[in-house]
Amino acid sequence: MSAKEVKTGIHFINGDEACCEGALAAGCRFFAGYPITPATEVAESMSRRLPEIGGIYIQMEDEIASMAAILGASWGGVKSMTSTSGPGFSLMMENIGLGICTETPCVVCNVQRAGPSTGLPTLVAQGDMMQARWGSHGHYEIIALSPSSPQEMFDFTIRAFNLSEYYRLPVILLADETIGHMTERVVVPPEEEIEIVNRRKPAVSREEYLPYEADPDGIAPMANCGDGYRIHVTGLTHDERGYPAMDAKAQEKMVTRLVDKIRNNRDKIISTKNLFLDDAEVVVVSYGISARSSMQAVQDARREGIKAGLIKLDTVWPFPEDLIRAVAASSKTMIMAEINGGQMVLELERAACGACPVRLVSNYGGAILHPGLILSSIAKAAKGKL
Amino acid sequence: MTDKRERHILITGFGGQGIVMAGDILGRAATLYDHKHATMTQNYGPEARGGACSSQVIISGEEILFPCVEEPEILVCMSQEAYTKNVKSLRPEGTLIWDTDLVRTRKSDMSFKTFHIPATRFAEQLGTKMMANIVMLGFLSAVEPLVHADALKKAVLESVPAATRDNNLRAFTNGREYGQSIIKGTLEQEQAKLQD
Repeated sequence: MSAKEVKTGIHFINGDEACCEGALAAGCRFFAGYPITPATEVAESMSRRLPEIGGIYIQMEDEIASMAAILGASWGGVKSMTSTSGPGFSLMMENIGLGICTETPCVVCNVQRAGPSTGLPTLVAQGDMMQARWGSHGHYEIIALSPSSPQEMFDFTIRAFNLSEYYRLPVILLADETIGHMTERVVVPPEEEIEIVNRRKPAVSREEYLPYEADPDGIAPMANCGDGYRIHVTGLTHDERGYPAMDAKAQEKMVTRLVDKIRNNRDKIISTKNLFLDDAEVVVVSYGISARSSMQAVQDARREGIKAGLIKLDTVWPFPEDLIRAVAASSKTMIMAEINGGQMVLELERAACGACPVRLVSNYGGAILHPGLILSSIAKAAKGKL
Repeated sequence: MTDKRERHILITGFGGQGIVMAGDILGRAATLYDHKHATMTQNYGPEARGGACSSQVIISGEEILFPCVEEPEILVCMSQEAYTKNVKSLRPEGTLIWDTDLVRTRKSDMSFKTFHIPATRFAEQLGTKMMANIVMLGFLSAVEPLVHADALKKAVLESVPAATRDNNLRAFTNGREYGQSIIKGTLEQEQAKLQD
């Protein structure tokens, strides 16, 4: 029996394995990586599954090379990804920037563990939120998704590939140790029900094609190496031909497009799950594993008669500032629940813009947030205590 | 009617005993064959083998949000260290299950529902102590029926290497029959080893 690319059916697998299955279902056929807890099972699953279906798995010497390899594979016309955790994510930063500058579709899965440095290898944290946003040098926009279950590891990995192919950039899957290692039901739908997006191909002749000439929506059709089109790929600031252009004018033009192709499409990219927002007075904002604790706390608060609501960020970047601004205007308090010293809470404060007080429920990592902790913060806020 | 109550189970021991695999099989049986909701999370240190290890399983008729088992109603201990570390977390009305040869309990533990089985010894008699986790699952299925025994058996067979299926099935059956005999009173439990 030949191995299946899409394992349609009901499974009991962990988040890392679900990520692998999502990638394969999305069409990923190249993985380069270096194993690291708690992302090892992504690589392990890939090393087993990719050869079965004609893909390529390479264990690289480190994460710098891993990131470089998936960029190269993508230019070769193959959907590619890598997976890592904090220490490896740090090493990938420079080449993530290369992927952004060269507009290379690929997916980077970061199963977050507690840092800084080697930190707590086997224990949870959500401390890389700002690193995902700003970790590579220079100014850019990024897309990052944050799954809250093994099922979402599957679903969001597919979406990460679709977004990366459409908007042409490395998309970050910001998971966490608990979600990566948690085993739960994962439903893999029939192949024909899975929506797949592939990169836009040139619509002009080889003579007319310019590799960085964008369509009106800011996205440039991509010719792969070997397609017969003339391409030039560089991390230097470049013009439409892809050739280095070393002045402020070219910089302004290129970065404006890199930024605007995400910003101008943020409504299509941003995804949240909203609970009880219609009449909520205290609104919790959370993501990843912390969103599950938050959902429990919000349901418990409702049972106690407190009008609590939840915004679960499926996409953490771009941040849903329009939604937050609107909700803040009608809320008594907003609460960010996250496992770090307070990272996304800064975005929440920025977007709420003083319309309501903002609180933080957090720890520095090593354990997930207890729903009781979030509930007591909700209860205090409902009573108007700061 | 769906069972709304969450069942909280903590399986503990050291790395290499198949603790996480036991939790995985239990959750798999509940999810795939009993069509319930289940989550399995694990705790372990950076060591590959020998370190303290636990797997936390929640089984429920409804969606599970918070996946941590803080106060288990069933605690399975496969090592002394795991017992010492976790017995404090067991609910007062909870069930304590342990490997007779590997854990010395205390007289005060008799306030719990208690069951023990020489799971590792039984597994060794079948050829390899690697199957102690499967013996324990068979035992668990008899003394605390969390999922249907057939579901658990299916999940065991699906989770072990094909060449070892028959032997694992024997391990499961040995554990289950031992448990059933104790429940029925046809077999007296061996003397537990006590610390005090």
